[in-house]
Amino acid sequence: MTETVLEVQNLTKVFGQPRRLLDYVMRRPAQELVGVDGVSFRIQRLSTLGLVGESGCGKTTLGRCILRLYDPTSGRILFEGQDITHLNAKGMQPVRRRMQVIFQDPYSSLTPRMTVRKALTEVLRFHKITARDQEEAYLYRLLEMVGLNRDAADKYPSSFSGGQRQRIGLARALAVRPTLLVADEPVSALDVSIQAQILNLLADLKDELGLTMLFVAHELSVVQHVSDRMAVMYLGQIVESGTTEEVFQAALHPYTEGLLRALPRPVPGKRDRQAAMEGDVPSPLNMPSGCRFHTRCPIAEEICTTQPPPLREISTTHQVLCHLRPNRDWSSGRAES
Amino acid sequence: MTQDTDETLLNVVGLNVEFRTRAGTVLATKNLSLSLRRGQTMGIVGESGSGKSVLCRAILGLVPSPPGFITGGEIWFDGEDLLRFTEDQMEHIRGLEIAMIFQDPMTTLNPVWRVGDQITEGLRVHGKISAKESRKIGIDLLQRVAIASPEKRIDEYPHRLSGGMRQRVMIATAIASSPKLLLADEPTTALDVTIQDQILKLMMDLQDSVGMSIILVSHDMGVVAETSDVVVVMYAGHVMEQAATEAIFHHPQHPYTVALLNSIPRMDARSKRLLPIQGQPPDLLKLPLGCPFSERCSVATPDCAETPISPREVLPGHVTSCLYPERAGQ
Repeated sequence: MTETVLEVQNLTKVFGQPRRLLDYVMRRPAQELVGVDGVSFRIQRLSTLGLVGESGCGKTTLGRCILRLYDPTSGRILFEGQDITHLNAKGMQPVRRRMQVIFQDPYSSLTPRMTVRKALTEVLRFHKITARDQEEAYLYRLLEMVGLNRDAADKYPSSFSGGQRQRIGLARALAVRPTLLVADEPVSALDVSIQAQILNLLADLKDELGLTMLFVAHELSVVQHVSDRMAVMYLGQIVESGTTEEVFQAALHPYTEGLLRALPRPVPGKRDRQAAMEGDVPSPLNMPSGCRFHTRCPIAEEICTTQPPPLREISTTHQVLCHLRPNRDWSSGRAES
Repeated sequence: MTQDTDETLLNVVGLNVEFRTRAGTVLATKNLSLSLRRGQTMGIVGESGSGKSVLCRAILGLVPSPPGFITGGEIWFDGEDLLRFTEDQMEHIRGLEIAMIFQDPMTTLNPVWRVGDQITEGLRVHGKISAKESRKIGIDLLQRVAIASPEKRIDEYPHRLSGGMRQRVMIATAIASSPKLLLADEPTTALDVTIQDQILKLMMDLQDSVGMSIILVSHDMGVVAETSDVVVVMYAGHVMEQAATEAIFHHPQHPYTVALLNSIPRMDARSKRLLPIQGQPPDLLKLPLGCPFSERCSVATPDCAETPISPREVLPGHVTSCLYPERAGQ
């Protein structure tokens, strides 16, 4: 039995919208935006969970709740066995050393007025990682680890390209030897040729340093490349999760199928003109009833518009939130195969 | 002069665009040549700074000057050299003959104008339709880009629309005058994958009905593979390779194209390791005399950095800038 590094139980995050004048006039309560709704998952040590979904599906909100950058509305977050859901800032400090994050935009996540040396040393001293006399050696080792030269240490972020900045961000995150790395769209802002460099680097460092990863991205091909397990989110819920093979080879949820079909493949030839999925993602302020996907679902039936779908366990790893898949009368009791 | 045939809609010959900045002069496009047939879709791929957006702007006469200057070349469109046109003549071309859609539909729509007024503005300005007709035509255009209940949407402001719908409105605006050429600069990059799929398919459908040519600029090899008849691969302002889509993907004749194709994570082949392109994106201020890709190229020889490149046809319809195209697949 492998050890669970991160466990999220029934996590919900609701953002209260300010009550507008019209709401007062109409005597309506303030509107609520459900960012994440009852999400549960586990990440085993040394594995990578890929979280995919379109914009507004709640994947970033979920990541931020786990890092406790947002306070979850309800549910629990267990990190290395410790319940961190309600820890205060002081209690979070030792936890933060063990969970680090890298962000999408390498241009805005580094302080422009700090040299690389200063940015990294600050982290080392705050978390008391090395003795002062070993700081420099450690710093150079970090830079080497992420593929940067020593002379990078005394430069400012403005003299680096996007890919190099992402390497610096990574060095900063890894400086404190974290257990869990949350990567929030780490390669979305990079050119393809550089994207591959960073993905390989992440894979190498993950093995070398024994990292556990939560990899958040909207690009399926990237996520499938780095992940052992995947979770597909739609409007705040995980609609399908499983091993990467299960989700990619045997997708059951119509939304996962649609995502896979919509993905342009680098293989020439014009495909059929029918779009993989019609319509737009509904506003999270105005959630559809029943199954949230029914407004875009090609196979939706009566029941989908009224009843929330059940979570069906296809195998010990593969789960799907759907009334009709694998079939209407399917019950988890028959999950032998 | 060029041998323009009836088939050719656009022929760019030796285009040089430079930007004069305080740090030095940057060649945004260098000796760039390409030609596009009527009704064809041309995909232009390249990474940031490769000159693909500058090319679109040069075609429309929209290179900001200063700092940008077109210092050489010809842009033949429908038999006439656009670079010799006066501003008045270009105004007739823009929007009527050549239309453009951009990456970010939020910043290209005017937030204080109703959707309907924006779609038909071009037609009204050019005196093609009267104010009375414009509403009917606007609704008709929204219908053609598959916007539900167009008679309601036409009176809305852009902030009420989703990103995908805004891009549909942009496309409606672009096709209003049935242009001969549509320039689409990363039209789906800001959109989610399911919406991207919808928009690309809409563009293909409209191309059939309007009969226009499309230049589709993208950084995504997948998007280009699925939509284009011919592909142009650009790097640091140079055309590296130009050929039919099949040929580019199956028999690339340039190491950069090969490297680009190798570096994308593929859904079909799940190999654990990607093959990235080594090194950093080129610094346009410090390009080598020869091939700009030579310093990152895995099969480069010493003379690659020294010999100025010029595109040549190595197979019928297949143009490459590489001195040693036979090494491309190695």
